[in-house]
Amino acid sequence: MSDAAVHNDHAHAHPPGFAHQFETMDQQRESATMGMWVFLVTEILFFGGLFGSYIVYRALYHDSFEIGSNLLNIRFGAANTIVLIGSSLTMALAIHAAQAGKKAREQMMWLLLTIILGAIFLAVKFTFEWTADYHEHLIPGFGFVVRPEWHAAGPHVPIFFCFYFFMTGLHALHMIVGIPILLVMTWMASRNKFNADYNAPLENTGLYWHFVDIVWIFLFPLLYLVGGRWGTH
Amino acid sequence: MSGHVVPIKTYLLIFFALMVLTAATTGAAFIDMGFWNTPVALAIAATKMILVVLFFMHAKYTHGLTQVVILCGFFFLALLVAFTLADELTRHWGPQPTSWSAMNAILLHAKLLF
Amino acid sequence: MSTATVDIHAHDSPIPGVERTNYLNVDHSVKSWLLTFDHKRIAILYLISITLMFFVGGLFAVLMRVHLIEPQGFLVAPENYNKLFTMHGVIMVFFFLVPSIPATLGNFLVPMMIGARDLAFPKLNLMSWYIYIIGAAFTLYSVISGGVDTGWTFYTPYSSSFAHTQVVPTAIGVFITGFSSILTGLNFIVTIHKMRAPGLTWFRLPLFIWAMYATSVIFILGTPVIAVTMFLLGCERLLHIGIFDPAIGGDPILFQHLFWFYSHPAVYIMILPGMGVMSELVTAFSRKRIFGYTFVAFSSLAIAVISFLVWGHHMFVTGQSVYAGLIFSVLSFLVAIPSAIKVFNWTATLYKGSISYEAPMLYALGFIGLFTMGGLTGLFLASLATDVHLNGTYFIVAHFHYIMVGGAVMAYLGGIHFWWPKITGRLYPDAWARFAALVIFVGFNLTFFPQFVLGYLGMPRRYAVYPGEFQTLNVMSSAGASILGVGYLIPLIYLIWSFKYGPPASSNPWGAKGLEWTTASPPPTENFTTIPVVTEQAYDYAQTTGKGGH
Repeated sequence: MSDAAVHNDHAHAHPPGFAHQFETMDQQRESATMGMWVFLVTEILFFGGLFGSYIVYRALYHDSFEIGSNLLNIRFGAANTIVLIGSSLTMALAIHAAQAGKKAREQMMWLLLTIILGAIFLAVKFTFEWTADYHEHLIPGFGFVVRPEWHAAGPHVPIFFCFYFFMTGLHALHMIVGIPILLVMTWMASRNKFNADYNAPLENTGLYWHFVDIVWIFLFPLLYLVGGRWGTH
Repeated sequence: MSGHVVPIKTYLLIFFALMVLTAATTGAAFIDMGFWNTPVALAIAATKMILVVLFFMHAKYTHGLTQVVILCGFFFLALLVAFTLADELTRHWGPQPTSWSAMNAILLHAKLLF
Repeated sequence: MSTATVDIHAHDSPIPGVERTNYLNVDHSVKSWLLTFDHKRIAILYLISITLMFFVGGLFAVLMRVHLIEPQGFLVAPENYNKLFTMHGVIMVFFFLVPSIPATLGNFLVPMMIGARDLAFPKLNLMSWYIYIIGAAFTLYSVISGGVDTGWTFYTPYSSSFAHTQVVPTAIGVFITGFSSILTGLNFIVTIHKMRAPGLTWFRLPLFIWAMYATSVIFILGTPVIAVTMFLLGCERLLHIGIFDPAIGGDPILFQHLFWFYSHPAVYIMILPGMGVMSELVTAFSRKRIFGYTFVAFSSLAIAVISFLVWGHHMFVTGQSVYAGLIFSVLSFLVAIPSAIKVFNWTATLYKGSISYEAPMLYALGFIGLFTMGGLTGLFLASLATDVHLNGTYFIVAHFHYIMVGGAVMAYLGGIHFWWPKITGRLYPDAWARFAALVIFVGFNLTFFPQFVLGYLGMPRRYAVYPGEFQTLNVMSSAGASILGVGYLIPLIYLIWSFKYGPPASSNPWGAKGLEWTTASPPPTENFTTIPVVTEQAYDYAQTTGKGGH
C-alpha cells in the first residue's frame, strides 16, 4: 500500500472496535471467527481425550457401563438436552437480532433467555442429579460405595461413574465459564455495541455456546442411553 | 459486513428437527435393537451436531477454510481413538507365551524354529 | 523483495545525536513492558523467561552428571536422583524447548516476515506469556517444595497412586503452560492465513513461516490432549480413584496412549521451528536460493501430520499389542522421510554456495551433522526388534539429546545470533560467538556420544547407580557436560554485553533476503512505515556460479 492509501484509510472513521493490526474490518472479523474455530478445535481434542478413553473402556466393559448408565436419571438428562438446545436457539436468535439491526432490548432479551436456560441446565444437573448421586454414594472419591450386585455383573461400574462425573463436570465447567461471557455480551448489547456492521464478539460467543451444546449432544446418548432399559420407562 | 443473515424461520425449523431427533434417540433407548442401539444413537447425535454446526454456527455460510479446520479436529481425534483401540482391543490376539519354553513351543509349532 | 525502493537510512533520526524511536526505546517504564501488546516486546519477555528456565533445567543436568561420576552415585540419594532427572525433563521440555523458538523468534519474526504490523491477536499474545509465567510458577513451587520423581513422563500407576512427591503442582504447571502454547499456535495460524502482505502468496513465504505454521498445527491438535491427561492424573491423585487405577479395571497403559499422543508430536514442536531457522541460515550464509523450496515447505506439513501417527513407538515394551506395535513401527519409519528430505535440501543448497562461517552458520552446520545422527539413531528405535534391546537405556537418552540439543538448541542459538542485530539493533562479537559455538559442539559430542555406547552396552537410563565397567564412559560424558555448560554461559555473557556495548547494527548486516531485513534495526513499533508489496520469490539471492559470485 502506498503512503497515500494508508492515509486514506485513516481518513475514514473506522467503526468502533477496529483493531489497528488489521487493514480492514472484514479482515478483522474473518480473523476473529477463524481464531474462534481454531480454539474450538482445541476443545474438540480436549474433550476428545475423555471421549476416546470412554470409548476404550466402554468397548472393554460394556456390561458395567450398561449398569452404570441405568442408574442415571434419563428424564433429567432428556429434559436438560431440550433446555440446552433451546439455549442454542435463543443464542442464534440473539445474533440474528444484532445482524438484522434490531434494537438492543431485543438482543438483550435473547441473551438473557440463553443465560436463564443455561442456569436451568446447571441447576438440574447440580441440585437434582448430582445431589441424588451423592446420597446414593455414586460419586467416586466422595463416599463411593461398590454395590454387591455389581461384583458379578459389572465389576467396573466405578469407571463408568468416573467418566460420568469427569465428562459432565468438565462440560458444566465450560457452561459456568460461558455464562459470565454471556453476561458481558448482554452488557455490551445494552450499550448498543452490536449492529449489522459489527457483531463479531456476539457471533464468536455463539460459536462457543453452540460447541458446548454439541458436547452435550454426544454426552447424553453416550452416558444416559448405553442400553438395557428395554421394557422399562 | 457480517455476511449472510440466516432467516428466523430456518432457526426454528432446525430447532424443531433437533427436538424430534432428541425424542427419537431417547425413545430408541427403550427398544432393544441389539448391536444397532449404539450406532443408531451415535448417528442421531452426529446428525444433530451437523445441524448445529451448519446452521446455528453458520458453517454452511462461511469460508471453506472453516470447514477444513473443523474436519481436521475430528480427523485427528479419530486417529487418537482408532490407534488406541488398535492396541487395547488386540492385546490378547494370538498365543500368549508365559515363558521361553512356551514361546519356543509356539514358534516350533508355527514352523518358525527348526 | 519489495518493489518499493527501501532507503535503509530513511529510518535514521532527522536530528543528529538523538536516537531514532524504535520498539525498545519508545517507552522505558516497567508498565509499558508488562502490559505491552507489541509482539516484539512479548518476544523479549519470553526470551528472558525461557533463558531463566533453561539455566534452572541445566542446573539439574549438571547435578545429574556430577552424581554419575561414581558408579555408586557421587552426590545424592537415589530418591533425589529421581527428582533431578524428572525436574530436568519437565523444565527443559515444557518450559524451554516447546516455547523456545516459537515464543521468541516466532513471536518476533512472524509478523515481520509476512509484512504485518502485529499478530492477529496481540492481547492473547500477552496473555499467553502470563499463562506461561503462572505455569512456571507452579512448577518452580513444586521444585522448591520437595520436587517430583515420576519422570517427566508421569507414568501411572506410580504417579497416580504411589508417588509421595509434588505430582499435582507439577501437573497443574504443565496443564496451565499448555494453554500458553495453544494461544501462540492459534495466533500464528490466523496471522499467517489472514495477514500476509499484498503479493505474498503461500509459496513466496519464507520457510521459517511454513515451519511455524506446521508447528502451530501441532500446538492446536496435540496440546489439549496433554492438558486433559494432566487433569485426569490430578483427579486420580486427589480422589484416589480414577480411570488408570488397575484396582477397578483401569489401564495404566491408557495413560501412556494419552500422554504420548501429545508428547510425540511435541518433539516435533521442538524440532520443526529449528528446521525453519535452518532454512533461513543456510540460504543466508551460502547466499543461495533454497534447493527444493516446495519439498521443504510440504515436508514441514508432512512432519506435522505424520507425527500424530507414531506415538506408540514409545510403548513397544509396555505390553502394548504387538499388532499395534507393528503399525506404529512402520509409521515411525515413514516420519523420518520428510526430515531426511530437509537435510538433503539444505545440503544441496550449500553445494556451490558462497559459504561464510559466521557463528549462525557454524550452528547451522552443526545442526546438519548432529540432527542427522539423532535422526538415524531414531530409526534403530523405530525398529520394534532393536527397540526391545535399546529401550530404557542411555541409547534413547543420547538419541533425543542429539535431536533436542544438537538439533533444536543449536538451531535456536543460531537463530538468536542471526536475528540478534534485528532484535536489539546491536552486533555481538562474532569471534567470541564462533568460539562458543565450537566449545558447545565439542562439549555436546563429548557429553552424548559416549551415551550411545553406554546404552548399546546396556546401561539403563534413570538409574542413580550403575555397574563399575561403565564408569569411564560416564566420566567422559560428565566432562563433556562441564564443557557444554561453559559453552552455554559464554553467549549469555557476550549477548548481554552487546546489548549495551555492541556496535549499532544497520537494517541488514548480513545482506540477507527477507522482509524483516528491509526495516530498521531495531524496528519501529509498527514494524514497517509502509506495508511492503511482494513480487519476488523467497531467498532471491543472485545465483552464484562458484566462490565469490557478487
